[in-house]
Amino acid sequence: MLSEQEKKEIAEELEHLPRKTAGGLEALRVVQKYRSWISDEAVSDISEYLGMSETQIDGLASFYNLIYRKPVGRHVILFCDSISCWIKNADNLQEQLGKHLGIKPGETTSDDRFTLIPVACLGACDKAPVMMIDDDLHVNLTEEKIKEILEQYK
Amino acid sequence: MVNIYIDGIKYQAEEGKNLLDYCLSVGLDIPYFCFHPAMGSVGACRLCAVKMYKDENDTRGKIIMSCVQPVQDGMIISIEDPEVKHFRAQVIESLMNNHPHDCPICDEGGECHLQDMTVMTGHVYRRNRFKKRTYRNQYLGPFINHEMNRCIQCYRCTRFYREYAGGYDLDVFGIHSRVFFGRHQDGMLENEFSGNLVEVCPTGVFTDKTLKKHYTRKWDLSTAPSICEHCSLGCNTIPGERYGKLRRIRNRYNYDVNGYFLCDRGRFGYEYVNRETRIKKIKARFGAELQDTTEDEILDKITNAFEKGKTLGIGSARASVEANYALNKLVGAENFYAGISGKDHQILRNYLDILRNYPVNVPSMKETEEADYVLVLGEDITHSAPRLALSLRQTLMKKAMDEAARVSIPRWLDHAVREFYQDGKAPMTTITPYNTKLDDVASKSLRLNPHDTVKFGFLLANRINNDAPAVKDYPGEWDEWLDQLAKALINAKKPLIVSGWGNGLEEMLKAAANITQALNGEERKAGLFYALPEANSMGLGLLEGNDLSGIMETGDAPENLIILENDLYRHFDKVQADKFFNQFKNILLIDHTETNTTDHASFVLPSGVTAESSGTFINTEGRAQRFYKAYIPEAPVMDSWRWLGRIENHLKKTGGQWNSLDECLAELVKGYTVFKPLTELAPPSGFRINGEKVARAPHRYTGRTSMHAHKNVHEQKPPQDEDAPMSFTMEGYNGTPPSSLVSHYWKPGWNSVQALNKYQQEVGGPMHDGDPGKRVIEPTDNPKQQYFKVPVFETKTEAGELYLTPVPHIFGSGEMSSLSAAIREATPEPYVLIHPNVAGQNDLNEDDVAIVRANGKEWKLKVKTDDKMADDVAGITTGFRQSYIVELPLKGNIEKQEKK
Repeated sequence: MLSEQEKKEIAEELEHLPRKTAGGLEALRVVQKYRSWISDEAVSDISEYLGMSETQIDGLASFYNLIYRKPVGRHVILFCDSISCWIKNADNLQEQLGKHLGIKPGETTSDDRFTLIPVACLGACDKAPVMMIDDDLHVNLTEEKIKEILEQYK
Repeated sequence: MVNIYIDGIKYQAEEGKNLLDYCLSVGLDIPYFCFHPAMGSVGACRLCAVKMYKDENDTRGKIIMSCVQPVQDGMIISIEDPEVKHFRAQVIESLMNNHPHDCPICDEGGECHLQDMTVMTGHVYRRNRFKKRTYRNQYLGPFINHEMNRCIQCYRCTRFYREYAGGYDLDVFGIHSRVFFGRHQDGMLENEFSGNLVEVCPTGVFTDKTLKKHYTRKWDLSTAPSICEHCSLGCNTIPGERYGKLRRIRNRYNYDVNGYFLCDRGRFGYEYVNRETRIKKIKARFGAELQDTTEDEILDKITNAFEKGKTLGIGSARASVEANYALNKLVGAENFYAGISGKDHQILRNYLDILRNYPVNVPSMKETEEADYVLVLGEDITHSAPRLALSLRQTLMKKAMDEAARVSIPRWLDHAVREFYQDGKAPMTTITPYNTKLDDVASKSLRLNPHDTVKFGFLLANRINNDAPAVKDYPGEWDEWLDQLAKALINAKKPLIVSGWGNGLEEMLKAAANITQALNGEERKAGLFYALPEANSMGLGLLEGNDLSGIMETGDAPENLIILENDLYRHFDKVQADKFFNQFKNILLIDHTETNTTDHASFVLPSGVTAESSGTFINTEGRAQRFYKAYIPEAPVMDSWRWLGRIENHLKKTGGQWNSLDECLAELVKGYTVFKPLTELAPPSGFRINGEKVARAPHRYTGRTSMHAHKNVHEQKPPQDEDAPMSFTMEGYNGTPPSSLVSHYWKPGWNSVQALNKYQQEVGGPMHDGDPGKRVIEPTDNPKQQYFKVPVFETKTEAGELYLTPVPHIFGSGEMSSLSAAIREATPEPYVLIHPNVAGQNDLNEDDVAIVRANGKEWKLKVKTDDKMADDVAGITTGFRQSYIVELPLKGNIEKQEKK
């Protein structure tokens, strides 16, 4: 079941759309905000609310990289691996970060604190290398700086 | 027509047509994947690339996708240009990066479009050093096998399933290199047309699961042109046999009837043929036991028994015209009974009366797709005549194409058309007691009980045209609906009224007929499509058999009875049928499958199923269609009409001994001029091409010389078929025969079903020499409208009383298909469908067992609820093996079964 808050927020989004079936992505975003990821149950809940099939909602959910169909940690690290960051040593940094956390890209730490996901570009190439944790952008990364930043997220 | 130049040769083409379609139509081979003649173009696979040049001075040209390119005047293109050939080979190379080279164990192997296209483009060596991506496959139910690793992402499956057939539970998941076509979770595909994925998928992702149980390659199958026996629409099929077993059913293209697609009952309902319930021996009763005997012995016994006294013959709506005629001739027209219930008899008679005497237009299934307003009156078409529902669904696309054409979007540019029309609806209203699958495309759906639907129909006819009889006394809120619907139908150029046998009401047919009469005028002839129950209901009707219900009730029966391919328990109440059978001294049954009727027979003769027989079915629109044996069944199984001929010959010492179908037909048309077209359906059995018969088996058929080696090391003489100009082996003509004799699609370079392109006048058009089948009954030209009188409407139901209406089910209601394993797996338990309010009043919940009482009888059924249905109705599944429930529609009550 969708919570009252989830329903309310989805309904607000639907007001801007021509029809209910156009609201799938907005609904997924709202639900992910509250549940951190989209479980099969969440797919069901949304499909019921929008009057669409589970298959349709799942097709949509699995298309978008940032809609998570598997559980993620409390904080999601989006680490840029596109060209500008790569020139500035990002692949090395990402590897170090992975070693530090003991996970590979796509994995979650055993304490559920971090999930590491590579991302194509965060739109801050002038400050490369960059990463995003939750909603915060972190720029001009170095190995030391990354360790300090991680400490802000418990 | 404009001139275009393809590799230096001038062609005349229709401007605006899509270039790929045109090139394929004139016989040029351009490889393609995502294009499908019935579904248009999306430009997804990039394989159909050709070069287009600006003018004759342009030597470089540019690569374009031919499937999304309209034909233009003076256009110069090249298919053979080296650069574009290389481009196409590269597309295949990239698609093959992840394709497993598992052709030897793949069910598609040997008839795979991907194999054909790979060879056609010339791609040979794999250069990619990396691992292939792999997927977990899903369980998709009893019909379809899933092997995702083979997928090449052409999107044909979802385009067919979601967009063409209206399914909601198959979709594409993921993005770029990890795209998955399947369901949200494992489970049976819910759409009734899922089996077409087998033919739509260009490779082996979706394959026939029933075939897998007794797998045989296409090249090892003996095939023949046949007709589906599972409903009255007469879809054309290709049954395939090996080692005496029916292996699969494939679609046989008929432009006017089923086009490219079948329903799942038609495709997977064949398995009963190989079951132990088949009757394969001649049997005679000794005391309580039926014992095997020989042909000579049984013919003598039958002669002895049937010489004395009068003999009654009961025909069958599932037997061929020829078989029914042979029985009619044997017992005499006055003793020939149609073998259907009184209610069905009345409907059939009225329907024939309408066709003969009323100015109506009965469209072909193809023509129903062109309707610009459809009214579905009181019928759940998806379950009573499934393939028709798929056609009606296409009225949505027709409307979308018309709308998109106004902004110059070509009709064949599928994705653009659909994007333009978005969630637009079909020009369709459905009036049914409960939710039906067509409601999701219909612009309006009304929920009325069947009696109100009849009343509404008569009212609508009167609203459209004052000449139609009026109805007093109806709910005031109907006025608005009546006005809207009358307006929509009057404004339509090709209005169509659809109903069928499933609701069981004679008055429903009359109401539908009145609406068409009211709409008919100088400029417009309204269509009426009424679906009869069985494959040859129409043929049986035209033979004018007597109504069996009369004699059933009076009990005034003669001594002897011959029953042709009929189980009377499916048409009459058990007590009544038991009593009826007990009156006879001798009962001869000719049938292919054991039924409840078999228990009463004193003599049993084994007949062939459709795939083992030659004959003719006449479909619900009056189209006579020939079917031929895919294989000769093991003796003594043979055509019912042959058995009857032999009995006649033995009994009367004259006539009846027909050596071939042609001889039987020659006699038939002498007696019944209406059947004259039956002799013109296909060439006579003496027909030859270059002195050869047409080969049933493809030229690559293997093992013929050794397939009986376990019995005899000498090669057996191939069986002969006296009925068809076709051989049972690969010897014979293997080119393009007349369309009535096409039993497989196979052309050089085209091993898959897509070889069909080469058998058509143009891609997606009629067959090369016109489509097989001929109408035997055309509606009269007499323009004078006639109307049925308004029936006496019953008074309202008493408190707590409900209209018990029959609910046909695609899986479960078919007599023979319901014996087939895969169909049985897909069949629900018999149920009663009620509104949650009704459930609440009777303290019932979903899945409880309810007792339904009517007419002094009671049935125990599982409860299902539908909150959108009419609340004075209980829908009851009919025709199910567990209980046929032949009496409906009735009025009755429902209550909870008390726990003991």
